[in-house]
Amino acid sequence: MKVSLFVTCLIDMFQSDVGRDTVELLEHLGCEVDFPEGQTCCGQPAYNSGYLKESMESMKHMINVFQDSEYVVTPSGSCGTMFHEYPNIFAGDAEWEPKAIELANKTYELTQFIVEVLKVEDVGASLPARATYHTSCHMTRLLGVKEAPLTLLKNVKGLEFTELPDKHNCCGFGGTFSVKMSQISEHMVDEKVRHVESTKADILVGADAGCLMNIGGRISRTGKPIEVMHIATVLNSRK
Amino acid sequence: MGMKIGTAAFKERVDQGLSDSFMRGAVSAAQGRLRDGRLNAAEELGNWEDWRSHGEEIRKHTLEHLDYYLEMLVDNVSKRGGHVFFAQTAEEANEYITNVVKKKGAKKIVKSKSMVTEEISMNEALEKIGCDVVESDLGEWILQVDDHDPPSHIVAPALHKNKEQIRDVFRDKLGYKNSEKPEELALFAREQLREEFLAAEVGITGCNFAIADSGTVTLVTNEGNARMATTLPKTQITVMGMERIVPSWEEMEVLVSLLTRAAVGQKLTSYITALTGPKGEGDVDGPEEFHLVVVDNGRSKILGTEFQEALHCIRCAACINVCPVYRHVGGHSYGSIYPGPIGAVLSPLLGGYDDYKELPYASTLCAACTEACPVKIPLHELLIKHRQKIVEKEGKAPVFESLSMKAFRMGTASPTMYNIGSKLAPKMMKPFVKEDKIANGPGPLKNWTSIRDFPAPSNERFRDWFKNREKEESKS
Repeated sequence: MKVSLFVTCLIDMFQSDVGRDTVELLEHLGCEVDFPEGQTCCGQPAYNSGYLKESMESMKHMINVFQDSEYVVTPSGSCGTMFHEYPNIFAGDAEWEPKAIELANKTYELTQFIVEVLKVEDVGASLPARATYHTSCHMTRLLGVKEAPLTLLKNVKGLEFTELPDKHNCCGFGGTFSVKMSQISEHMVDEKVRHVESTKADILVGADAGCLMNIGGRISRTGKPIEVMHIATVLNSRK
Repeated sequence: MGMKIGTAAFKERVDQGLSDSFMRGAVSAAQGRLRDGRLNAAEELGNWEDWRSHGEEIRKHTLEHLDYYLEMLVDNVSKRGGHVFFAQTAEEANEYITNVVKKKGAKKIVKSKSMVTEEISMNEALEKIGCDVVESDLGEWILQVDDHDPPSHIVAPALHKNKEQIRDVFRDKLGYKNSEKPEELALFAREQLREEFLAAEVGITGCNFAIADSGTVTLVTNEGNARMATTLPKTQITVMGMERIVPSWEEMEVLVSLLTRAAVGQKLTSYITALTGPKGEGDVDGPEEFHLVVVDNGRSKILGTEFQEALHCIRCAACINVCPVYRHVGGHSYGSIYPGPIGAVLSPLLGGYDDYKELPYASTLCAACTEACPVKIPLHELLIKHRQKIVEKEGKAPVFESLSMKAFRMGTASPTMYNIGSKLAPKMMKPFVKEDKIANGPGPLKNWTSIRDFPAPSNERFRDWFKNREKEESKS
């Protein structure tokens, strides 16, 4: 199966190892992965800040970049959600709405793609550790992907899984919120870190680089002995 | 009091909220209870998503035909001998209400819970003409006794207080001598309020739903205070926001089913009071005179705009009960009697951006509000629409932000610019990297690194790794 990777700008620049894990994982599952080189950012930072015009230019660009792809797979629930928002944003635009719908229809978050399209529930990974999972808001509420990451994690050999208390509460990232309202964000992320600690997990797993940068950054600042790991990395572990 | 609470700047209010550990404890505990209650009640009902869609359709239809249903309501209230007044502004509403009270020569007024009367500062207007206005909703009454502490939640106005604090208010202000047990506190309040009900000459209520085709106003309470306020005093005035209307009893039943479950996790509240006009011939109780005041106060300006769905709100506070920002800052931080996600949408619409421009940004757009709303208002999307308005039409965005967004457009709409930018960024950040992280970021990163570390850029961008790998593969 041919898959185009939408790696997201955060992973491209700050967590390139997550991108590598995603490629290796998909290839391990028999996919042929290509990386349309023109890709930039889904436009979410500008869109969510109210800069509609600015964001629409990046959206149009991304629509063009992935025009010929059969499947678009992304290791980010939030950026994947953004592609799924494009049809609403271009609603009524005769030229771009159909293209936006086409892109949305073929875009999958990584774990969603593995479970729903590849029909795989055990990727053959193994990682001996105690882990908990952060359910990111856009992925669960807007994209509606709730079970896929848990299904895959539960089949990772050696991984002892504990549910995160109050998992429904946002970690306080919220894109520009994290810098605009950093005082509020601090209290939100602190509560999240307290909950992670309460699970006694060695690893916090998540499917969104933004949330993980936020929670991980706070964990690192406060010196907690918890490793933060993207789900692609967990699923690509063969320890 | 009006819609606006206090004069402190947003940041100051938030600081105050964040440092109030009593309030935060009370709020997070209440959020847990109310959220669980709503989810259980929804599950018990079954087909919750269908109910929500039905609720959404009803609200959408009603608001699209608001003029038609308001006219029907007026006709039916009038037929039953009630008086209806349309108030375009808060001042017009208060003038009408104070005139009714003056004509009756009334001094003692008992109120059941109403947000719209808070919004129009009705109590102050009545106090100005020498009336004693007593709140009869327990939460509202606690706040009134506590020197008019503003409400922090639209359903549970005293949510920010715990039982010990309520005991202290009663003790300090009213000489209460018993414990902080809720039963004892409630008994004390009941004894005090019973006297007020018996003495009141005018009862004033809000309105959950006005039923257009019968001219009925309905009130949803758990304490029964609205029933007391509508049966004992000789004159009743009901004040409603102009959108608080349903076509018929059939739609009212759907919305009440959604309201009580979404608000407090109950199948039904203890009391649903429905009142159609004044006391008729042969009726044992009910008011002799009935006035319905329909308040616009900025609502009609919202009709027909991209924000019309904000008027679909049935004031259940489900969005507030799940909001992770509200959880930490509390209701007073919003500076409006309408806090939380719906408050962040509604307050700038009713009160303007000058006072409320920060509220649309006081959200991570996590969409917990949108998911919880029983009539499917896309709250987080409306917050984005506010941001668009602030940026494009109001020109109120910070200069630095608009510059960075222009840079964003250049960097993301063209792969060449993205390439240059994403190659350059790591080099520029390099001086700040220590032990694989940035603890003291420059410029816009400063606010990030004030509380958390920022990752050092990857040594090799993903795209470079991928390209090199392809090259190697083609060689071999």
